[in-house]
Amino acid sequence: MPPPFAQQQERNNVFGKLTWDAVPWSQPIPLVAGGIVIAAVLAVVLWVIVRGYLPYLWNEWITSVDHKRIGVMYLLLALLMLLRGFIDALMMRSQQALAYHAAGYLPPEHFDQIFSAHGTIMIFFAAMPLVIGLMNLVVPLQLGVRDVAFPTLNSTSFWLTATGALLVNLSLVIGEFARTGWLPYPPLSETTYLPGVGVDYYLWALQISGVGTLMTGINFVTTILKIRAPGMTYMRMPMFCWTALAANLLIIAAFPVLTATLAMLILDRYLGFHFFTNEAGGNMMMFINLIWAWGHPEVYILVLPAFGIFSEVISTFSGKPLFGYRSMVAATLFICLVSFTVWLHHFFTMGAGGDVNAVFGIATSIIAVGTGVKVYNWMFTMYGGRIRYATPMLWSVGFIVTFIIGGMTGVLLAVPPADFQLHNSLFLVAHFHNVIIGGVLFAGFAGITYWFPKAFGFRLHEGWGKVAFWCALIGFYVTFVPLYIAGLLGMTRRLQHYEVAAWRPWVLIAGIGIIILLVGAIAQIIQLVVSIRQRDALRDETGDPWDGRSLEWATASPPPAFNFAVLPNVGGEEPYWQIKQRAIESQQMAPEPAYKAIEVPRNSPTGFITAFFATITGFALIWHIWWLVAVGIAAAYAVFVWFAWRDVAEYEIPAEEVARIDRARRAARQQWLAANAPAGGPA
Amino acid sequence: MNARNRFAGVVVLVVACTLAGCSESIFHAQGPIGAANSQILLNALGIMLVIVVPTIIGVLVFAWWFRSSNTRARYQPGFVYSGRIELIVWAIPLLVILFLGGVIWIGAHALDPFRPIETRDEPVEVQVVSLDWKWLFIYPELGIASVNDLVLPAKVPVHFSLTSASVMNMFFVPQLGSMIATMYGMNTQLWLQADQTGEFYGQSSQFSGDGFSGMNFVLHAVPQDKFEQWVSTTQQTGPALDAEGYRALLQPSQNVSPFTYRTVAPHLFDDIVTQKFPPGPGPQASGDAPAIRPAAGAQ
Repeated sequence: MPPPFAQQQERNNVFGKLTWDAVPWSQPIPLVAGGIVIAAVLAVVLWVIVRGYLPYLWNEWITSVDHKRIGVMYLLLALLMLLRGFIDALMMRSQQALAYHAAGYLPPEHFDQIFSAHGTIMIFFAAMPLVIGLMNLVVPLQLGVRDVAFPTLNSTSFWLTATGALLVNLSLVIGEFARTGWLPYPPLSETTYLPGVGVDYYLWALQISGVGTLMTGINFVTTILKIRAPGMTYMRMPMFCWTALAANLLIIAAFPVLTATLAMLILDRYLGFHFFTNEAGGNMMMFINLIWAWGHPEVYILVLPAFGIFSEVISTFSGKPLFGYRSMVAATLFICLVSFTVWLHHFFTMGAGGDVNAVFGIATSIIAVGTGVKVYNWMFTMYGGRIRYATPMLWSVGFIVTFIIGGMTGVLLAVPPADFQLHNSLFLVAHFHNVIIGGVLFAGFAGITYWFPKAFGFRLHEGWGKVAFWCALIGFYVTFVPLYIAGLLGMTRRLQHYEVAAWRPWVLIAGIGIIILLVGAIAQIIQLVVSIRQRDALRDETGDPWDGRSLEWATASPPPAFNFAVLPNVGGEEPYWQIKQRAIESQQMAPEPAYKAIEVPRNSPTGFITAFFATITGFALIWHIWWLVAVGIAAAYAVFVWFAWRDVAEYEIPAEEVARIDRARRAARQQWLAANAPAGGPA
Repeated sequence: MNARNRFAGVVVLVVACTLAGCSESIFHAQGPIGAANSQILLNALGIMLVIVVPTIIGVLVFAWWFRSSNTRARYQPGFVYSGRIELIVWAIPLLVILFLGGVIWIGAHALDPFRPIETRDEPVEVQVVSLDWKWLFIYPELGIASVNDLVLPAKVPVHFSLTSASVMNMFFVPQLGSMIATMYGMNTQLWLQADQTGEFYGQSSQFSGDGFSGMNFVLHAVPQDKFEQWVSTTQQTGPALDAEGYRALLQPSQNVSPFTYRTVAPHLFDDIVTQKFPPGPGPQASGDAPAIRPAAGAQ
C-alpha cells in the first residue's frame, strides 16, 4: 500500500521529484557551505545593485560579444571553480589523513560526491574555461583581427558553460551530486544502483556545457582558418594559434562523442533503454570505450593550448624566436592525430588480450615522441637566449621539469604489465595531477600573468606572483610524490577509509603538501588584490610590457573594442617584433595610417537569456518537472528565433573616434621609443 | 640492460623502501606474476630515465646559464633552427619509444592475465564473484566458498575465473601481481601464484559505490598441509551456499567480516555468469534487507 501511494503522489507533484527533503537539512557540511556561498552571491548582487553597477555590468560584460570580455569572464569562472574544486581536494586529503582505521568525518555517501565533483569541476569547469578563456583573450589579437568568426555564438558558448557550472554547484544544496567518480561508469551510474538525482545533475550539466564547448570549437576553427590579418599565412601563425587550432579541431571531433555517450546513458536512465545496463543485452564496456574515445583527446584539448602558452612565454622571455617552429607545428599536429588512437590504455585491465593491449600501449608511448620534441625545442629556445625571470617564465621552467616527470610516469602506465599493478592506484592519480597541474594549471597561471596587462592595462604584482609560484611548485611535489609512492604500495584511489599501515605516512605527507598549495592559492588571491590596489604603479601605457613578439602587443592595453585601428600587415613569423625593430632602428614609428570607420558587432543578450532558460530546462529535467522542461525549451528556442530576426547586427565606430584612440597609443609608444632609444637597439 | 635496471631499481627502491617498510610494495612481489610485472616496470623506467635525467639537467643548466644577468653567456638571437639538432630531437624520443615498444609488445603478451602459468602442478581453481560490497570466493573442486577471505596453498598456481554480481569491480592483490576487472555477465581470467607463505592484502581497485572502501580481503598463502586442514575444517562448518543463500548475499552490505560456506550449489558460478540470477538489486531493495550477513550466516 505505501509504495504505490508514494509513487502516485510523486507523479502528481507539480515539482516532479523536488521536495523540501532535497535540501540536505541533516548534513551540516554542505548546508553550511551552501549557505555561505548563497550569502556571498547575494551580498555581491546586492552590492552591485546598491552601487548602481548593474547597467555597467549588463552593458559591458553580460551582454558583451567582445572576445576579450568573454575571455576574461571565462577566466573568472575558471578561477572560481578552481577554488571550489580545491576545497573539495582539501576535504578529500583531510578525510584520508583521518580515516586510517577510522571513519573520518565524511561518510561514504558524502565523500563519493566530493571526489566526483572534484574531478568534474576541475576538468570541465576549471581547466576547460582556463584554456578557452585564454584562447578567447589572445587568439584574435595574435591573428591581428577584430573578433572571432561568430561573436554572439561565442557569448552563448560562455554562458552555456556557466550554466553547467551553476548546475553542478546547485547540487550542493538541492539534492546531491553523482557518486560515481568523474566519469559515470555504468552499471553503477544506472538507476538501479544510483536512483537519486546525482548522476542526472552530472549528465545535464555536461550536456548543456558540452554544447557550449562544441560551439567554441566551431567558432575558433572557423576563425583561425578563415580570418587572419593580411599576410598571416599558416606558417606565420604564432604557436599558440596553432595549438588552439589543434585543440579546437579535437573539440569538434571529440565532443560529439561525449554528447552521444551521455545521451545514451540519459536514455537508459530516463526512458528505460538498455544501452549499458546489466540486463537486456546492455553492454557497459561500450560506455567505457566511448567515454574514453572522447576522454583521451580531451586531455590534449587541455594540454595543447598549454604547450602553446609556454611556447609564447619561453620565446618572449628568452628574447628569441621559438626554436624549430616548423618542428613544433608538426609535433602539435602529430599529437592531435595520434591522441585519437590511444583511448584503450584507460582500461588495459578489462581483459582485452595481449595484441590489443600491446597496440594501444605502443600508440600511447608514441605520443611521447611529439611531446619530447617540444621539450627539446623549448630547451633550445632558451639556449643562446637572454632569459628574464618574470613570473610567467618561472612557471614555464617549473612546467618543463614537472611535465617531463609526468610524461615519464604516463609512458610507464602505458606499459600494460606495469599498468596491471598501477591501474586506478594513487600512482595514476599522481600521474594525471602531475600533467594537469604541472601542464595545464601552470600554463593557466603563466598565461594569466603574461596576458593580464594586455587585458587590464596593468601588471600583476611580481613579488606575490613569485610566492604563489614557489608554493605551487613545492606544494605540488610534497603532495603528489607521496601519492606516487602510496600507489606503488598498492593504494587504490577513491578510498573513504583504509587499514593498511604502510600507506599512512604518505597520505599524511600529502596532507602537508596540500597545505602548501593552500598557501599558494592564498598568495594568488593576495596578488590579485594587491595588484588592483597598486594598479597605478603597475600601469603599462605602451601595450607591450614584456618586450613581446606577436601581434597582441601591437595594440593598446586594454585593446579598444576594434582591437586594431588598421589591420596589421604581416611579413614574417614575428610581425610585431619586426615592426618594433624597424621603429627602434629608424627611431620613429611607421607613418600614421588613414583612419576609417570600423564596424563592430553589437552587444546581444542572446547568450545570457538562452543560458538562463537552459539552466531552467536542465534543472527541470533533473527533477522531472516536465511542464517546466517544455517552458524552458520553448523559451530558449524563442530567444534563438528572436535573435535570428534581428535587423541590426553591427554598429559603427566613427573614424575620428578610431583616430583618437589610436593616437593615444601612438603617443605612448613614441614616448617609450624616445626613452629606450640607446638601450633598445640590438643587432 | 642490467646496469640500467640496477640504476632504476636504486632510484625507485630508495624512495619506496628506506622511507616505508617495503614489505607492502609492489616491488616486493611475492609471486612470479608480480615479480615479472615490476621487473618490466623497472625496465621501462630505466630506459626512460636514461634520457629523462639528462634532459632535466639540460633544461635546468640552460635555464640557469642563459639568465639575462649572466654576462658570460653568449646571446644568439638568431639561433632558431638547426637541422642537426632537429634530427636528434626527433630521433632520440623515437628510438627510445621503438625500444620501449618492444618491451610493451613482449610484456603485454607474456603477462596477459588470461595466460596460464606454465607448471607441472595441478592449479587450484577459484571462482571470484564481486558483490555489493564484498568478495565471494568459490572453490569449485572442493565444494566450499568464503566471503572476504581467500586461503590458498603457497607455491601452487591459482586459476581465477571472475565475474560480478552487480557493478564493475577489479580484483587486485598488489603483492601477487596483475589485477583484472569483474563484470556482470562476463567471465574474466587471471593466473597468480604465491611463492611464499604469508598474508597479503587484497582489494577492489575499481570504485563500485558507497561500500567500496570496505571491499577488501586478506589472501592467506599457507603450506599445502595447512591448506588441506583448512579445507576439511571449512567443509564441516558454516552455512550452505545455495540459490537462496546467494540471493541473500546479493543484498548490499558494507564492511563485511569474513566467513565461510561448508557447501556450494554446483554450477553456481556458471549460473551467475550466464545471468540465471538477476543482477544485484542496488539500494532500493536494501532498505529492508536482512543484515550484513546472509540469514543463515551462523558463526
